[in-house]
Amino acid sequence: MGKRELRFFGRTEELKKTVIAGIIGFAIGALIILVYGYDPTAAYTALFSGAFGDLYNFSESLANAIPLILTALTFAIGFRGGMFNIGAEGQLYLGALAAVTVSLFHLPPLFAFVLSIIFAALAGIIWSLPVAILKAARGVHEVISTIMLNWISHYLAFYLIAQVLVDPQRAEKTVSIAEGARFAVLMPGTSLSYGIFVSLVAAIIIYLLLWRTVIGFDIRAMGYNPQAAAYAGIEKWKIILFVFIAGGVTAGLGGAVHVMGRPPTYAVYSGIPAIRGLGFEGLAVAMIGRNHPIGIIFAGIFFGGLLAGGRMMQLFAQVPLEMVRVVEGVVVLFLAIPELIRLFSFLKKRS
Amino acid sequence: MSSLYLWGIFIGSLHAMVPIILTATGETIGESAGLFNIGLEGIILFSALTGALGAEAGGPIIGLLVGIGTGFAIGSIFGLINSYFKGVQLIAGVGINLFSAGMVAFWLIHLGVPGHHAVPEESRLIDLYTPLGNFSPMIIVAILMPILVYWLLFRTKLGLKIRAVGENPQAADVAGINIYLVRFLSTAIGASLAGLAGAYISVDWIGSVTKEISAGRGFIALATVVFSGLNPLLVLLGGFIFGFFDSLAVWVSTMPAVQRVIPWQLVSMAPYIVTLLIVAGVIGRVRFPAAMGIPYERE
Repeated sequence: MGKRELRFFGRTEELKKTVIAGIIGFAIGALIILVYGYDPTAAYTALFSGAFGDLYNFSESLANAIPLILTALTFAIGFRGGMFNIGAEGQLYLGALAAVTVSLFHLPPLFAFVLSIIFAALAGIIWSLPVAILKAARGVHEVISTIMLNWISHYLAFYLIAQVLVDPQRAEKTVSIAEGARFAVLMPGTSLSYGIFVSLVAAIIIYLLLWRTVIGFDIRAMGYNPQAAAYAGIEKWKIILFVFIAGGVTAGLGGAVHVMGRPPTYAVYSGIPAIRGLGFEGLAVAMIGRNHPIGIIFAGIFFGGLLAGGRMMQLFAQVPLEMVRVVEGVVVLFLAIPELIRLFSFLKKRS
Repeated sequence: MSSLYLWGIFIGSLHAMVPIILTATGETIGESAGLFNIGLEGIILFSALTGALGAEAGGPIIGLLVGIGTGFAIGSIFGLINSYFKGVQLIAGVGINLFSAGMVAFWLIHLGVPGHHAVPEESRLIDLYTPLGNFSPMIIVAILMPILVYWLLFRTKLGLKIRAVGENPQAADVAGINIYLVRFLSTAIGASLAGLAGAYISVDWIGSVTKEISAGRGFIALATVVFSGLNPLLVLLGGFIFGFFDSLAVWVSTMPAVQRVIPWQLVSMAPYIVTLLIVAGVIGRVRFPAAMGIPYERE
């Protein structure tokens, strides 16, 4: 990678740390694969060729990255402001269902499309506002409130799918997104839709917002040193409100873009199998992307790729797809260590 | 008739409170020493599976012990990273949750039961049969544990050390207390109670393992700790309140007559809504250790 790319990460150190954590993650993953009696070489070969082997696979990887980038942004905005917003999971469910709701009514194509997007963003905001209000007014830690709201929206989603949005012909799913409100397929024969541009544009907007605007400066100031930020006259409640509203928008959009751009059914199934976990996976993507919007784009594509490749791993090496999440967890665990590079400095001395 | 229902819900509440109380009591030890572990959810989940496998290999008591051991092992990793390596505790906790969710799903598929792994009846803990109904012996453990931990934290020298480390690590260090070791052990022992909670769910209470068997209980336990203000005796009360709503939701889901009025999905939200309201209501009055969440850096 040239110097230009590295600059996006702020410091080369950040990239180095991610690479070290990644190597450890895959090494421990290989060990576990071995312990359970599978072949790690075959598994990882299938995983990576299934992720990035050809244009078809890579398109699937990009398709998986679409919601992950958006939910990762939710977390990153909060993290830059010193907050730990893990509410994307629940906000995404409701964003997806808000988009489906619009398709209950027969609206003109373009109008339905725009309205679906707006409704999804609003649903995300509605679901993150209580977190902001409870934090600003009562000091409730966002980890507690977002997790409770995630579970409430989990059951609310079950209820809405079964009782309100159910497809009269097929009880196991909601009505499909109206044809006029769908994202067009970008790569024929794959799940990749034009929705990828929503994710990319959102990442760029969040980047500009954080590093090129006054409110972005205030957010980062509060994350860096809350006492100094308060002393400088930054109003904490405004930052909290802004961070959670912006996070709600990206998470809500994550749900909408996923359901509006995912062939073949363009619907949410009961038990929410396809959208469950996208918010939590976004956390890992945010951390691996070092909470930088541009880093998140790369991390999102990488993890989207692992999820796509994981299916190939399951098919050709019989290693359950969930191994990808195990590796993800180990990587995040090691990223929690601030001095990770120094712990591995002995590697440098030897070479 | 209705009093019989009420009694059933009460017994259900007692069973549902056990994992919350055990986990929250353990976390109280860890938080008193200054470590905040949001990986409890993952520890409960992982221990539910290992505990079930342990019980199938060697009986229910072995299962519960394997759960404790699993909790201690994961808690040790958490303690190592966050006490000795001064890690970011919230991130490490997320890592544990992701890792456990992946591992349990992976392991269940490996066992050939991707959805639902039932623990055979002979491997499950036997209930106490009383004229008033059947009770799990673990209910007694769950009631005694907070009392024991209260005594440990507030009536012993060791407890004073633990609280000193959470409140003022610099002073504790000067007094010759090994900050890193106390934090490491407090969080690892706390996590072993979460492990016991997980094993209780699979070996005793529900009797099966799914990849969502923890159902947010680790986080509800964290909320219970907030509610209790790090007083283990209040954990008992908080745990019972949650257990009650959990049991109410289960009861409604089995009653078609009630379901016509209010769908089970909406009742299932109750424990989480109540937790949120309680935390919002009491939060102003609780005070946490001054050094909680902050890695200790020697001058």
